[in-house]
Amino acid sequence: MPSENVIYSINGPVITVKGKTELSMMEMVYVGFDRLVGEVIGLEDDVTTIQVYEDTVGLKPGEPVYSTGSQLCVTLGPGILSNIFDGIERPLPALEEESGSFIGKGINVPSVDEEKLWDVKVLVKPGDTLSGGAVYAQTQETPAILHKIMLSPLLSGTVASVKPDGKYKVTDEIAVLKDEDGNTVSLTLCQKWPIRIPRPVAARMPVTKPLVTGQRVIDTLFPVAKGGAAAIPGGFGTGKTMTQHQLAKWCDADIIVYVGCGERGNEMTQALTEFSELIDPRSGKPLTDRTVLIANTSNMPVAAREASIYTGITLAEYYRDMGYHTAIMADSTSRWAEALREISGRLEEMPADEGFPAYLPSRLSEFYERAGYMETLNGEEGSVTIIGAVSPQGSDFSEPVTQNTKRFTRCFWALDKALAYARHYPAINWNTSYSEYIGELENWYYDNAGPDFMKCRSELCSLLLEESSLMEIVKLIGADVLPDDQKLTIEIARVIRVGFLQQNAFHKEDTYVPLKKQLKMMEIILYLYHQCKKIVAKQVPVSQLVATGLFEKLIKMKYEIPNDRLDLFDSYTREIDEKLAVYLNK
Amino acid sequence: MIIEHRGLKQINGSLVVLEGVKAPMNEELVEIETENGSARTGRIVAIEGDKAIVQVFEGTRGLSMVNTKTRLLGHPMEMKLSPEILGRVFDGLGRPIDGLGEIYPDCSMNVNGQPINPVSRVYPRNYIRTGISSIDCLATLIRGQKLPIFSGSGMKHNELAVQIVRQASIADNDDFAIVFAAMGVKNDVAAYFRSSFENANVMSRVVMFLNLSNDPIVERIITPRCALTAAEYLAYTLGKHILVILTDMTSYAEALREFSSTKGEIPARKGYPGYLYSDLASLYERAGIIKDAKGSVTQIPILTMPNDDISHPIPDLTGYITEGQIVLDRDKDGKGIYPPVSILPSLSRLMKDGIGEGYTREDHADLANQLFSLYAKVQDAKALASVIGEDELSDDDKKIMQFGRQFDEEFINQGNENRSIEETLDLGWKLLSTLPKSMLDRVDEKYIEKYYRPEGDETEEEA
Repeated sequence: MPSENVIYSINGPVITVKGKTELSMMEMVYVGFDRLVGEVIGLEDDVTTIQVYEDTVGLKPGEPVYSTGSQLCVTLGPGILSNIFDGIERPLPALEEESGSFIGKGINVPSVDEEKLWDVKVLVKPGDTLSGGAVYAQTQETPAILHKIMLSPLLSGTVASVKPDGKYKVTDEIAVLKDEDGNTVSLTLCQKWPIRIPRPVAARMPVTKPLVTGQRVIDTLFPVAKGGAAAIPGGFGTGKTMTQHQLAKWCDADIIVYVGCGERGNEMTQALTEFSELIDPRSGKPLTDRTVLIANTSNMPVAAREASIYTGITLAEYYRDMGYHTAIMADSTSRWAEALREISGRLEEMPADEGFPAYLPSRLSEFYERAGYMETLNGEEGSVTIIGAVSPQGSDFSEPVTQNTKRFTRCFWALDKALAYARHYPAINWNTSYSEYIGELENWYYDNAGPDFMKCRSELCSLLLEESSLMEIVKLIGADVLPDDQKLTIEIARVIRVGFLQQNAFHKEDTYVPLKKQLKMMEIILYLYHQCKKIVAKQVPVSQLVATGLFEKLIKMKYEIPNDRLDLFDSYTREIDEKLAVYLNK
Repeated sequence: MIIEHRGLKQINGSLVVLEGVKAPMNEELVEIETENGSARTGRIVAIEGDKAIVQVFEGTRGLSMVNTKTRLLGHPMEMKLSPEILGRVFDGLGRPIDGLGEIYPDCSMNVNGQPINPVSRVYPRNYIRTGISSIDCLATLIRGQKLPIFSGSGMKHNELAVQIVRQASIADNDDFAIVFAAMGVKNDVAAYFRSSFENANVMSRVVMFLNLSNDPIVERIITPRCALTAAEYLAYTLGKHILVILTDMTSYAEALREFSSTKGEIPARKGYPGYLYSDLASLYERAGIIKDAKGSVTQIPILTMPNDDISHPIPDLTGYITEGQIVLDRDKDGKGIYPPVSILPSLSRLMKDGIGEGYTREDHADLANQLFSLYAKVQDAKALASVIGEDELSDDDKKIMQFGRQFDEEFINQGNENRSIEETLDLGWKLLSTLPKSMLDRVDEKYIEKYYRPEGDETEEEA
């Protein structure tokens, strides 16, 4: 029997090798003379099944399969930020240089630029004892982010020698480690890590801080915690991608990993251009300085789509281990689930719900559980927050991916077609969405956003709830027959919906709103409500109050009051007092 | 050296199995000679050892197990291309059927194409004027976009497509050409398209691919790929702006389902294969603009929603891939409104960056936003009116109802008129001007000042 492994059968992205092989499960392999990247996904006595991450057109049986001896890994080191990768961490700009505007096959390019020189500061000296995850050097990766170079979590030992500070390439040796068995290990600026295995941490900590996004409906009504997981389900055209882009631009994470998984090519181009033009409000540097994009568009090979989610989360975990708060936006996890289904179908596995494999829930939970607020191996605190978009088939939230995602995320931002049709963006439906993090975040809001924040929030919620039950009646008999106090509820709820929840991503001021302004806006809306309620109790019809123009004025305040001129709110209070004085003093 | 094989192992639907093949290549093209000497074409879709499963494009009817000869051609399915394809008519496999002879190729290209590297794409910004108000104002078509028309059987999607081709081609004086691919359309529909193109004097800039409803379905799977390959050649090699019209995608998806089930694959939703999304994406994603080419590929796929159901897998998956959609409405169609565009579900995702100052007019975005939100209110008012009667509505709701009627009549229902972008936007403002200023909550004050022109009471009296 030949010792070489050769292709026996080919079916789309799945190939098999006949005979006993020395390949191991989940091992990365190169397939064919073109050396296409593949991964072993099934081992039987006489058949090895491999999924190929590139187009298999032109592959022939009898071509060799090369073993690499390692699992599908990503390279972790400086040069990841501001870059854009495909699903298996090949940098797309480098691919463009190699093969032009269309992605060729079998191109092997290093994940991070191996030529670039980094200004490295070495932080250890010979004789130091290092354990897994310890930081031994650092370099300024982008103006905003200091890259800490850490020992692989699997290694530990004593430093034998170090190089002086200076300029090094990622593959240069900057220190030598002697491990417990006396072997010497050369330490460079980068390390490899298998994408399907979570990077180890010292301990998981409770979540206590919100991921502040500057989006009012999220921050106020349905906040997600740093280290939490949120799902955004919505049919097409409801603004999933738009919401994800807004979060990627404005949320207060240190690092953003944006995974475009099976989505549109033009959207990734848009993200690329927009992110490089925008300035991070906190660091004053371009947003790309803290962003990694992973683009596996819908026409790129399906197996790489399945891997892209894992590549993304591994990059996020790597930066978390440096003590950063990272957020990963996965758009969309449904495409990933469909990639699982497609490959499962090719393997002729027994399908469960809607043709999805029976292991869909366990894969989803494995993924979402990689989120968390952690104490890292080197004693820092870092977090990974996952925000996963879900594209339910037929906009039906009862389909398997949405339902299973709901079980493993604690924050659910349901996008609503009716709201999107009315161009109410973000189209997050306040009746069907929820956040289970409210309880854990209450103290943080009390200390940092203001003691009244949560009180205002719950009043807002109850007004919205009351409105939705009133609307049921209005739909049947019209608004005119309602008593005036209920009409007032409807009017004020309109201000909350249009003036507060609706947020214009294209408006210079409104695209990002700090918590302080959110609180002020809630307070002034509720102030108007309370004053009007007193007046309505004196039998003054609501129509007269609406005629004062105060409601319209509050609806437009999101545009009128710049984020740094919160003092202007006082003039609003004064105007309310003046205009309502006639009625109040009756 | 090309080896000829004799005999087949198995025939199943459109698939045949060859045995004892030396080194077949995945997706390789196969030439099949039947007993009576006629030739057919196929491609290898799966390989197991020395067995190759071949999909026969023209169908397997009349093939015999013993006397069939097959030749492996050593390359995947390719399309022969040269500038002279303009003005020509091809069958679903890219072979000329207009009797004007073969194409002398400048080059051959793999019909499957290759994915465009996202970093090589140029973000589409330049709008295409279609001359149709409901599209230009509310769902603007952008060069490099894929914007499908969701229609239903019996609605006027073909007329709309022809109108777009006619009017868009006039608006665009640079190198503009159309690639038209018919998949499973009826003979007379194909003839309608052809005569419409001839009447509009655009035939010299049209490449037609026809797979009619009585042609083999397997061929249908290749048809859009041939069309897009031709489009890419014209756009990226010759630097033209190409509008690709693919009709009807529903027939295409059904062909795919039929083919998948003969292969014995595990079905996902409604019997469609699990890879329907990836497959559709491999077509739609071929729209775009790339950095070092002058041209662009814009797609208008047309699909008929089975039973007008937008949540059916075909429109559903299409909507997830394309950058918006134009939905046609049976109600409007029944009322004789043409084009019967349903405003609320129609959307162009790329329009926000291709309109406004420098492209259309500075007030466009606000105006479109306002019209949308008012039109949503019209629906609420209508729903309420159907319960309590229109007389019982509040004054505001009555005004909204009147606005809705006028909007349908004047703005949407434009017939074959070709409107400039100014005409369209001014008409929008004229309609807004029938409403009190306080109801305009989406437009900037400065545009209200500039364009809002209430005309006394005359418009409100009619109600």
